[in-house]
Amino acid sequence: MNLGEINPILLIASLMVAATPLLLAAIGELVVEKAGVLNLGVEGMMIVGAISGFAISVETGSPWLGFVAAAMGGALLSLLFVLLTQFALANQVASGLALTLFGLGLSALLGQSYVGIKPPSMGDIHIPVLSDLPVIGPILFQHDPILYVGIALTAGVWAMLKYTRAGLILRAVGENHDAAHALGYKVVRIRVLALLFGGACAGLGGAYISLIRVPQWTEGMTAGVGWIALALVVFASWKPWRTLLGAYLFGGITVLQLNLQAAGVAIPVEYLAMSPYIITILVLVILSADKSRAPASLGRIFHASH
Amino acid sequence: MTIPLLSLQGLTKAYPGVVANDHVSFDIGDGEVHALLGENGAGKSTLVKMIYGLIKPDSGTMLMRGQPYAPSEPRAARADGIAMVFQHFSLFDALNVAENIALGMENPPPMGDLAARIREVSENYGLPLDPYRTVGDLSAGERQRVEIIRCLLQDPKLLIMDEPTSVLTPQEVEILFETLKKLRSEGTSILYISHKLEEIRTLCDHATILRLGKNVGECVPAETSARDMAELMVGSALQTPERAGRALGPVALDVTGLSVPSPSEFGTALKNVHLTVRKGEVLGIGGVAGNGQDELLGALSGEITTAADAIKFNGQPIGRLGPTARRKLGVLTAPEERLGHAAAPDMSLTENALLTGSVRENLETRGFLKWSDARVFAERIIKSFDVRTPGPENAARSLSGGNLQKFVIGREVLQNPEVLVVNQPTWGVDAAAAAAIRQAILDLAAQGTAVVCISQDLDELMEISDSFAALNEGRLSTPRPTAGLTVEEIGLMMGGAHGMEVAHV
Amino acid sequence: MIVLEKRPQPSKAWSYATPLVAVVATMVFGGLLFAILGKNPVEAIGTIFWEPLFGEFSFYYRPQLLVKGAPLVLIAIGLSLGFRAGIWNIGAEGQYIMGAIFGAGVGLAFYPLDAWYVFPLMVIAGAFGGWIWAMIPAFLKVRFGTNEILVSLMLVYVAEQFLASVSLGLLKNPEGFGFPGSRNLQSYDAAHNAELIAGSGMHWGVVAAFVSVIFAYVLLNRHMLGFHIRLTGEAPRAAKFAGVNPPRLILFCLGVSGALAGLAGMFEVSGPSGVVSIDFNVGYGFTAIIVAFLGRLHPIGILLAGGLMALTYIGGEIAQSQLGLPAAAIQVFQGMLLFFLLAFDLLTNYRIRAARSEVA
Repeated sequence: MNLGEINPILLIASLMVAATPLLLAAIGELVVEKAGVLNLGVEGMMIVGAISGFAISVETGSPWLGFVAAAMGGALLSLLFVLLTQFALANQVASGLALTLFGLGLSALLGQSYVGIKPPSMGDIHIPVLSDLPVIGPILFQHDPILYVGIALTAGVWAMLKYTRAGLILRAVGENHDAAHALGYKVVRIRVLALLFGGACAGLGGAYISLIRVPQWTEGMTAGVGWIALALVVFASWKPWRTLLGAYLFGGITVLQLNLQAAGVAIPVEYLAMSPYIITILVLVILSADKSRAPASLGRIFHASH
Repeated sequence: MTIPLLSLQGLTKAYPGVVANDHVSFDIGDGEVHALLGENGAGKSTLVKMIYGLIKPDSGTMLMRGQPYAPSEPRAARADGIAMVFQHFSLFDALNVAENIALGMENPPPMGDLAARIREVSENYGLPLDPYRTVGDLSAGERQRVEIIRCLLQDPKLLIMDEPTSVLTPQEVEILFETLKKLRSEGTSILYISHKLEEIRTLCDHATILRLGKNVGECVPAETSARDMAELMVGSALQTPERAGRALGPVALDVTGLSVPSPSEFGTALKNVHLTVRKGEVLGIGGVAGNGQDELLGALSGEITTAADAIKFNGQPIGRLGPTARRKLGVLTAPEERLGHAAAPDMSLTENALLTGSVRENLETRGFLKWSDARVFAERIIKSFDVRTPGPENAARSLSGGNLQKFVIGREVLQNPEVLVVNQPTWGVDAAAAAAIRQAILDLAAQGTAVVCISQDLDELMEISDSFAALNEGRLSTPRPTAGLTVEEIGLMMGGAHGMEVAHV
Repeated sequence: MIVLEKRPQPSKAWSYATPLVAVVATMVFGGLLFAILGKNPVEAIGTIFWEPLFGEFSFYYRPQLLVKGAPLVLIAIGLSLGFRAGIWNIGAEGQYIMGAIFGAGVGLAFYPLDAWYVFPLMVIAGAFGGWIWAMIPAFLKVRFGTNEILVSLMLVYVAEQFLASVSLGLLKNPEGFGFPGSRNLQSYDAAHNAELIAGSGMHWGVVAAFVSVIFAYVLLNRHMLGFHIRLTGEAPRAAKFAGVNPPRLILFCLGVSGALAGLAGMFEVSGPSGVVSIDFNVGYGFTAIIVAFLGRLHPIGILLAGGLMALTYIGGEIAQSQLGLPAAAIQVFQGMLLFFLLAFDLLTNYRIRAARSEVA
């Protein structure tokens, strides 16, 4: 084994890439949960986003269109969740599972003819001066544009929740939907919008995996990232910047274990591959003591009665 | 004749199986405090929800200053100058006062300005409030202030208040009345909903009385006796429960130094509670909601376990025992929340009878259930307590509030408890059913059961209890004999004005 | 405008009818999907639902129904207990894998000893493997309040990696010429979960599935513990008031579902599959979630739903070979079924009524 082969600069740079799908999906789910809905279908929406983005990029040759399609694909799938939970008042846990199972099947079906193809590359941005800085440049300023979209989204969601009236209303709906309804707010409409946003974000995250991180299409390629994103929201206590921090932490673990695998560390590959999941569990255990930050109406069914 | 501020004409609203409002008409004038009087289920809430735009009448019209008024949603009602303080506050525990108030406004100013205005208005009306405190940490009275200030910031022409004093101590009620009188002097009209006659006589200029959805009479409260109003409200003379003189036995329940943290985030911890109840005694525990009532019931039922010695039954320590073991001994409880705590909404009455009756009624053998016996027990409760339902196979949620309350109280009473603890036994129950429940509790005491009755209805406690204590922020005052207690003394036991400032009007 | 009106109590008729309505709706929309894929929808649906039961080769397919249905029913019965109590074990796939590894591991440890007790020990080990894997989320939930959904699911991925590790290492067939995978238990008589009646598909796993259905039925309808499980799901606070000890219930529900999933894995690896290999698991643990809901979390319902789902598996394979229907299409089909079921479930608790426009 040769740990010296691991380049710290590349490691940190690739950590940001590995973290982005998680960040995108988690920030979407954060908004959904802040509105009081628990959508366990993140994995399903991600994988559908991954294939829609991949297919459209390949067909049109434009990764940008691919990402747009991925966001639409994720949002479209979340629409099914909307129908089930907001209009048919179905159990949110069961509906989220249904979404994931359905999404995995659908993506496999859609992706049949795309296995083994290479998608068009998006290319990295180049900012004069900044990108050329030593060390800082390759770490922070030589990435693909979507990575920065993820960070911008985090900032946007943070500012929205903290400073805007829309954010206040969203939090109110998640906190006590009956009271929000009594004040005349359209609980269902607000939740539908949050869910669509969450779906679009998950779709983007999925496409990031199939178009940039890997980049190719294989069945089930999200491999639990959607579920880790759900854990990440808990980890972050429903706070956007902590979500970013958590995503980078998980990204770091993923990249590190891949690097260790490549460097031929004396730990079997399978055990290294387990590590992100085990660490997710450990983090959940450590953080589960503090549940106070969870929106109070999370997961409860809302039916406007008289 | 002047045009009234709001005129209701023939408002009717029907729900499947019940006509909530049947051609209700009355007027509210400018600067008038108008009482809407009626029993639980008389249709008061439905009526004000129509005025506030939460529901639409099936027929009938409303006129505001002579113009047709038909709010499609609360927002429209607020725009027309109508504000409402709900009985169950529509507040957000995790948000602060200013955020809560902003949510109730159409175009709130920036947070900083809003906070300053909250300070100003709240001082002005004698209801001081810190805009940056988290609402979940406020007392019930302070939470009500948040709602009132939210309304006042809109400069309402009509303020609707739904049973505002049910969460206040007598001293706090006085502060509230000062505020309301100041509002009236400024020309604001108030629609005041209550079933407490004395309050209405002190405060209101005019009263409309509803019974079973119909307007059954109007009066000027100051000129009408409480007795006459009560008869209008109930429709017939009520039977007052009989208290047979009874000798008290030895101490059955002995609580010493009971301290437990609250299981819920915004709950109240119990701090060093002492009480004793003798066989045949009814101990009434008053206090404003949220001062540890749920926690006290939980600690006595065994849902919250404590140090073994903190609770003794006939001298035997039971603090560590769970609900089933305590039931076996004869310590039974009936929680306040009917649906979801005392009963499972979607389960049948037979299953709900089994829920607490399995041990004492012998409804299981080695874990296997005797469904036919459970059904017989459920039928017995239905029959003895006059529960109106087609049969025990019906789901608990299909019963009306009063009927379900009779069922859950009856379920415990019929098990011949040694100690019975009830929380809000007649909350939301019509007068006849409430009288029946109180009578059942008194009969039980006459047979030698030690009863603890936790309630926010002081009249009820005065009527049935031998001794009285009050919960205030998790502490219990020393129990005193009920006979001879004055309202003033009771108010002080409940915590007085909780340090709230009296309005300087 | 359409409004929903909550029924005073759940409708019995609709609770029986919704699964059937959902199946019909899935057939219609599944047919549409197949038509989009360029297949004749009637032919495809017919192939899936008719061929395995009454087609030319049904003598071969009918036993397969038992083989595929048994693990689904076994796992779904366990899951349904937890789901009823609001305890969400969605990591049955991982418990299934661990049951197989433990069971096969014990069997292989005795190889080539020919003794009567080998198979019973494997059964115990299989149940233990699934149980211990489910005890992880159970313990963490009880001790730290950790969300069991996420933990049990994460453990699926861990189990998959562990499966890969043992197929390439610990349990690898020493006479397998370096290929991954264990010895074939089918050729080790003492450990082989053989058909009890040749050609019937009936193996010990099928027996266990039927026993579990009866066990669950008695538990839920006749026993205090089952009553407490239902009570906890319907009204957790009322359950606590009735004297339920929530931690104990969590340990019981997760433990039973884990043990049953482990048993399913063990019966599969020692019977129809025979070999511990990297691709041993085929998603029964997830499909069983659909089975549990489709059976309305009721033991008899689950038995029927397990049969139906097994039918779509086998029919799907036939459609795959005869009509070239993609395997993923069946997965979508199964997912759709769950969707429709959840959607139509609305009718059990609510009445749909046309109403004048009203602010609600």
